[in-house]
Amino acid sequence: MKRILVLFFTLACWLILAIGCRKNDNSDPQTDIRFVGPVNFPEPAYRFDGNTVNKPGFDLGHRLFYENALSIDNSINCGTCHQQFAAFANLDHSVSHGVKDCFGTRNAPPLFNLAWHKEFMWDGGVHHIEVSGLNALINPCEMSNSLDNIVNVLSKKAPYPELFKKAFGSSEINSQRIFRALTQFTAMMVSATSKYDKYIRKEKGGELSPSEQAGYALFKSKCSGCHSEPLFTDLSYRSNGLDKEPKDGGRDTISNIAADRGKFKVPSLRNVELSRPYMHDGRFFSLEEVLEHYNSGVKDHVNLDPELRHTGSRGIVLTKPEQQQIISFLKTLTDHEFIQDKRFAEL
Amino acid sequence: MNFTSVLKTTGFALLCFAVFSCKKGSDPEINGTGNINLEFDHRVGNQALQMNTQTYTNANGDDFKVSRFRYYVSNVTLVKSDGTRVKIPESYLLVDDSDAASKAQKLEKIPAGDYTSMDFVIGVDEARNFAGAQTGALDPAKGMFWSWNTGYIFVQFEGTSSKSAQPSNQLFFHVGGAKDPANAVRTVSLTFPLTMRVRTDTEPDVHLFVDLAALFKGKTTISFASISGFHGGASGLLVADNYVNGLFKVDHIHN
Repeated sequence: MKRILVLFFTLACWLILAIGCRKNDNSDPQTDIRFVGPVNFPEPAYRFDGNTVNKPGFDLGHRLFYENALSIDNSINCGTCHQQFAAFANLDHSVSHGVKDCFGTRNAPPLFNLAWHKEFMWDGGVHHIEVSGLNALINPCEMSNSLDNIVNVLSKKAPYPELFKKAFGSSEINSQRIFRALTQFTAMMVSATSKYDKYIRKEKGGELSPSEQAGYALFKSKCSGCHSEPLFTDLSYRSNGLDKEPKDGGRDTISNIAADRGKFKVPSLRNVELSRPYMHDGRFFSLEEVLEHYNSGVKDHVNLDPELRHTGSRGIVLTKPEQQQIISFLKTLTDHEFIQDKRFAEL
Repeated sequence: MNFTSVLKTTGFALLCFAVFSCKKGSDPEINGTGNINLEFDHRVGNQALQMNTQTYTNANGDDFKVSRFRYYVSNVTLVKSDGTRVKIPESYLLVDDSDAASKAQKLEKIPAGDYTSMDFVIGVDEARNFAGAQTGALDPAKGMFWSWNTGYIFVQFEGTSSKSAQPSNQLFFHVGGAKDPANAVRTVSLTFPLTMRVRTDTEPDVHLFVDLAALFKGKTTISFASISGFHGGASGLLVADNYVNGLFKVDHIHN
């Protein structure tokens, strides 16, 4: 009986050890390359059809994201205008510099939670995540390259043929493989470990201060009509009254519908503390300016969003203390783990 | 074996032979698959298309020259004499006047049979316009994909006309768009002048005349003074509604 007990005890120890070890291997976020949607998010729009995330594909996408050879003169890469410390926006740049210091016309958006978007860019003109990088590659004011040239350059540049072989089974390089690898990388950029997320999921580190809680309550009553949780955008196109006569047609340039003139895609407010400046043209450099715009600066444009138009007034009435409370809540959307995640770091 | 039984046996054998041979003779079995060749013969009216050098006149009387002409043909469906529709999977063809190989394309593994007509989409179906990064004929590297408002250019004509107010008298007609209100996806149905016989051992040719002049006439007569350049949108719809009738015609079939 004693021998049986000893044997049983030994087996139990091994089992615990084995399970413990395996769990450790699997849960390392730096090596575990799988797409997992957060529990407080809906199902993603991107289904990874024919493009299941795997380590070689993700690593290739990572390398391509930071590859200067994608630009015509080897001067810039995706990370030049999408910086991790700014939640992959371009910090302090209203518009970004492309090759030869050519300036674009719209603010570089932050990159995260892209798998939940069906349309991309401020005007929604790009209809699929896999082709969302195309314009940046070929636009004369961005990387100014051509797909044929990129394929040609990468085909002759070690170790790319080998990396494509590992990711896709053969060393052939074509635009579809480039886009799919880039998508494995960018779709994996999930930001859902902010203080707010931990609060919602009742996790450690999710305790909101009284000011943050007051801000959250104000946010829900005054802002969430457009910036709806959990993505903090309802993915629609709206005019927030920046100009009486919009210079940039916005959504209208895609839809050719007059009622869309001056409308832009509602941006997510996640990581908004990190991704200044704000608006499609990067005109506001602080959250205080943005909140004051909604309080007193909303212009009377014909397509102004109904949420911002009331009898006798426009905008959202917000006292200075209320604005501060909302800002303190917005800062709970900052995802420090995301911007420090080595899987997405510059190479 | 007596005479009667010999007669019976012979009769039975003859009957078997007769039934067997009758069946074979009146309804030959057509099995397997074969290939067909689609030939795209580019023309302007009743003339062969000559790029860059030849001056043509559109239905409005405007002069024009052609420097680029390419288009997608997709979702090719062949229709048998009994009405059976055979859709050719993954049939996405890019035809470019400057690429001779693209003007003679083979469709493979077509069920043997007698076909009397075909239909196809001029352009690319809606789903594939929004399905993510594609390859082959649909690779965006082909230059027939818009990057800022993503989707395929279905028909691309470029050239010059003295009537065009564009810089250097340019003409650029880029028809595309698969979403309302600018949905330019059009399907044509073409009846064959004689039955196309697809068999395992023959490879029929479908010789198509493709008349570029059809872009500028039909429902709307296009004046190059008023429409000289566009990327999709309303002008593209006018042109699509023109070319759906008249761009393609089956001139003849070689069996």
